[in-house]
Amino acid sequence: MSQSEADTDTGVAAPSSRREKGPLVYRQAVLTRLTHWVWVVCLFFLLLSGLQIFNAHPRLYIGQQSGFEFNNTAFSIHAERREDGSAAGITTVFGQRIDTTGVLGVSGPEDRPQVRGFPAWATIPSYQDLATGRVVHFFFGWVLVGTLLVWFVSSLLNGHFSRDIVPTGRELRSLPRDVADHARLRFHHGRRYSILQKLTYGIVLLVLFPLIILTGLSMSPGINSAWPWLIEIFGGRQTARTIHFGAMVLLVGFFVIHILMVVLAGPINTMRSMITGWYRIDAKRKDPR
Amino acid sequence: MSKVIFNRRRFLTLGGAGLVGTTLAGCDAFDSFARPGHPVRDFLIGANEMTMAVQRTLLGSEALAKEFSESEIRQGMRPNGSTDPNNPDYLALRETDFSQYSLEVGGLVDNPGRYSLDALRNMPSRTQITRHDCVEGWSCIAKWTGVPLGLILDEAQPRSNANYVVFHCFDIYSGGLSGGVPYYESIDMVDAYHPQTILAYGMNDAALPVANGAPLRVRVERQLGYKMAKYIQRIELVESFADLHGGKGGYWEDRGYEWYAGI
Repeated sequence: MSQSEADTDTGVAAPSSRREKGPLVYRQAVLTRLTHWVWVVCLFFLLLSGLQIFNAHPRLYIGQQSGFEFNNTAFSIHAERREDGSAAGITTVFGQRIDTTGVLGVSGPEDRPQVRGFPAWATIPSYQDLATGRVVHFFFGWVLVGTLLVWFVSSLLNGHFSRDIVPTGRELRSLPRDVADHARLRFHHGRRYSILQKLTYGIVLLVLFPLIILTGLSMSPGINSAWPWLIEIFGGRQTARTIHFGAMVLLVGFFVIHILMVVLAGPINTMRSMITGWYRIDAKRKDPR
Repeated sequence: MSKVIFNRRRFLTLGGAGLVGTTLAGCDAFDSFARPGHPVRDFLIGANEMTMAVQRTLLGSEALAKEFSESEIRQGMRPNGSTDPNNPDYLALRETDFSQYSLEVGGLVDNPGRYSLDALRNMPSRTQITRHDCVEGWSCIAKWTGVPLGLILDEAQPRSNANYVVFHCFDIYSGGLSGGVPYYESIDMVDAYHPQTILAYGMNDAALPVANGAPLRVRVERQLGYKMAKYIQRIELVESFADLHGGKGGYWEDRGYEWYAGI
């Protein structure tokens, strides 16, 4: 099935149970699958160890330094004592206060609430341990960088990049229709990615991954001395830390939507293609239009 | 009505958090390998050696940390760690404004020495406005004045087997059963001879305050704050720090932090 056929297919997709089965096609090269699953492990450990590191100073700023005698705070999580003596977790986003008791600021068992930024279930280790958070974070940081390089080189060589990531002009013009189809949960199963998939994976792999790696490096005093230009791009070390956190939030958002799409588009087929490489595409429409 | 909604929302938030928590089985699933000394943790911390090797290749020995302008000093220097040592020896020196203080330089050197604060102040000095990055994540810009450590080392004449400079400090941390554990730190000769590595006695155009490490602290500008020992009592050059305290080269290193803190 070619892209042009998928593109002209504007009809309503029948529920998969009634739809005629299409053929299995080899969709994912082994390196695409391998790097995908390494990233799953990496991002899991990077996220949870990152939240551990964040908890050591749960406050984000804009600029070169942290304002202790002036205010450049963009985001903070802290605990306050209520009038009745109980502890409240307060999250502040650009001056907007939100009560997040139970999750952010104050969390844990009702009878023994803990004062901490992110809760124990969201950090590695579960208890406060900045040193181990860093050890885990930097190890998987290296793995992420290495895997991204392997993916980038292999994707350029095996055509994954030009076929599945770089959108064509035609595809870009079909974007509004693809958005509408996704919104109505009408998924087309072709050999190729839809334009929304291409753009999403392109943004994650070519924008968010490099952004989170480079803002991470901008927090390193060693890298600051070796590549002084890098931290200037991001507007200072504390801004870089804030962007690093923001990129994390976007990646978590991507993860949630990604999993939702896997479930909605047929979890068995999508999982099979990500494990074995083989993907069942829609049957060719018989009624010519 | 609004009260009901609030309660329901709160219930849903707590319930949702609880559900996610159960799903992830709490991340205490990974707590066992997180303890210092566990082979998995020891394996993971090995990545720090790669970080150091790569950073040193990129850095060379001379690359400088960024220096800022006066206008970027927007606040006092935030003190951290110990800020008011109660070691009797220290308190006695503090009584006389450190006029009786002298820095001892020894270990694997041909010419051990002692320097009073006045002697240090009379040596060539370097002043730099730099950003202090704490391992916790915050940063603060301040001006530091002191003697380049390289000048002290030139006078001391390190032996060829001197690989590390160890800073022994006055501040004592509570150490459980053993009573107190003194702060100490170590850097290698590349950082020791770096032009911005100074023994600072001045901060923001005044004498170094007690909270920030008086009478003398080291600045190691290409690494994190915990490498920059305060309240320095004595400098010792060693071949290896394996026999000192916990054997990892520093107070925080003995508690699981990386020896190389360039990241």
